[in-house]
Amino acid sequence: MAKELWKGNEAIAEAAIRAGCKYFFGYPITPQNEIPEYLSLHLPQIGGCFLQAESEVAAINMIYGAAGCGKRVMTSSSSPGISLKQEGITYMCGAELPAVIVNMMRGGPGLGTIQPAQGDYYQATRGGGNGDYRHLVYAPATIQEAADYVQKAFDVADYYRNPVMILADGMIGQMMEAIEWREMPKRELPEKTWATTGTKGERKPNVINSLYIDPNLCADHNDRLAKKYAAMEENEVLFEEYNTENCEVLFVAYGTPSRIARAAIRQLEKEGIKAGLLRPITLWPFPSKALKAAADQASVKAVVDVELSMGQMIDDVKIALEGCKPVAFVGKAGGVVPTPAEVCAAAKAAIGR
Amino acid sequence: MNKRIQIITGHYGSGKTEFAVNLALRLAQEGKKTALADLDIVNPYFRSFEQAARLENAGIKVIVTSCGGVADIPALNPAVLSIFQDRSYTGVLDIGGDPIGARVLARFAPYLAKEEFDLLFVLNANRPETGTAEKALAYLRAIEFECKQKATGIVNNTHLCAQTTPEEVLKGAALAQELSEMTGLPTVYHAVHRRFVPALQGQLAEAVLPLEIYMKKPWEITNSEEEELLWQD
Repeated sequence: MAKELWKGNEAIAEAAIRAGCKYFFGYPITPQNEIPEYLSLHLPQIGGCFLQAESEVAAINMIYGAAGCGKRVMTSSSSPGISLKQEGITYMCGAELPAVIVNMMRGGPGLGTIQPAQGDYYQATRGGGNGDYRHLVYAPATIQEAADYVQKAFDVADYYRNPVMILADGMIGQMMEAIEWREMPKRELPEKTWATTGTKGERKPNVINSLYIDPNLCADHNDRLAKKYAAMEENEVLFEEYNTENCEVLFVAYGTPSRIARAAIRQLEKEGIKAGLLRPITLWPFPSKALKAAADQASVKAVVDVELSMGQMIDDVKIALEGCKPVAFVGKAGGVVPTPAEVCAAAKAAIGR
Repeated sequence: MNKRIQIITGHYGSGKTEFAVNLALRLAQEGKKTALADLDIVNPYFRSFEQAARLENAGIKVIVTSCGGVADIPALNPAVLSIFQDRSYTGVLDIGGDPIGARVLARFAPYLAKEEFDLLFVLNANRPETGTAEKALAYLRAIEFECKQKATGIVNNTHLCAQTTPEEVLKGAALAQELSEMTGLPTVYHAVHRRFVPALQGQLAEAVLPLEIYMKKPWEITNSEEEELLWQD
């Protein structure tokens, strides 16, 4: 298929439609507004429903309801709006409801700024809601990946009966790139026998709930969820390695900072320094084993973590490395993006050049 | 001959802002006293005001929307009126990238009624919402309806960002031609990355505006042409 030029937010919205999502509930916030805008036009055209809720809290609970009915459903927001959705997300994990949630991150804390940031890494990977829950987090670095992973996310959500988050910095939502529409490999998915679709008088009603008042039952529920999360950790880790073999500096970056790191790698190469990049595509589960293996190479003198935050993923980097190599940080929060030159300088400082 | 007011509209992502910045710089180079107004109330990123320093160095007056342009507030800077009131200026108005964005122009209708202006529809054949002549026409009419003005010309600005080839430009020229026949509007410019200008010599019937790319992504900001070609990773 011929390449087309898509804005990230539009591509995410179109990808959802291609994945069979017919329902979207959300509330506007910059820099993700083209997602609801696109779906408000296109969902009714395919017999779906777009609804602008009265708030983010209402929207996430509408998602809960539609997912409970067994339908493919999505919501999107940006950082402060995603904070408001945290209660709904933990309820959905507790009630085992599949849905796709997009966070097009902007600078924080609080209302912050509308410019791109990655300050919600902790919230996305640790869970901003209560209880022992986990959900997959995909971090696209290009518009092509955004389009691909949104489609994949719907399948994965249904497969595990669990919400999946797309975590991207605002740049991914706002920039234009050439993409090609391609179908993602489909998983074999079980029928949604648990959904509240009407009994027709032929079965007991299905109940969607996260309340287990008996502590023993609640403990059993947690054990079962933990097994599901362990399966995700075992089977769903995704990452990309670029130029890592025998590198002297190993960058770790996700989303658009990984592209700044790539520009830095090309610059460092000119200066005779071999640098590589390990880019997590899933932030949870984190590609710890792959990162440890790359960093364990004798050639690696330092690991440099690049983020649009004050340093959040760096905790997972340090856990993965188990102290095997020194870790340096370069990044900015609040909507300012480091330049390739700044990333180069941090890498050189980390190896004493 | 350019009219005193150049209004740039089109679908977001078509490259309106890149075109507007290049056009303003060219008008300034031609010795015109130029002002550029960033009237985009739709897009929060990749805005012409980001090039304010470059434009001001070239002697161009830059007018941005409220809060220095960094807040997505649909409020217009009253300084925009200076372009209409001080007729010594040649004005370039960079309008937000969809029919809703174009609505800001309606506010200036009383001034435009007394002015000679060009309202250019920037067309990119690779944007799905304007990829066929029918869709482009519908988009053009929606913009005209919202801004209460009629377009006066088409700009072929067909590209695929870093993956652009001369063939893409020619594909866009054919679409612009088709839209031109449907509307009677002339194709005023083909906006072409300057490195493709020699390859397209003699293949485009209308004027070519060679583009320098200013609206870069953070990882595209390099010092050399050679590096520029390595953008695509």
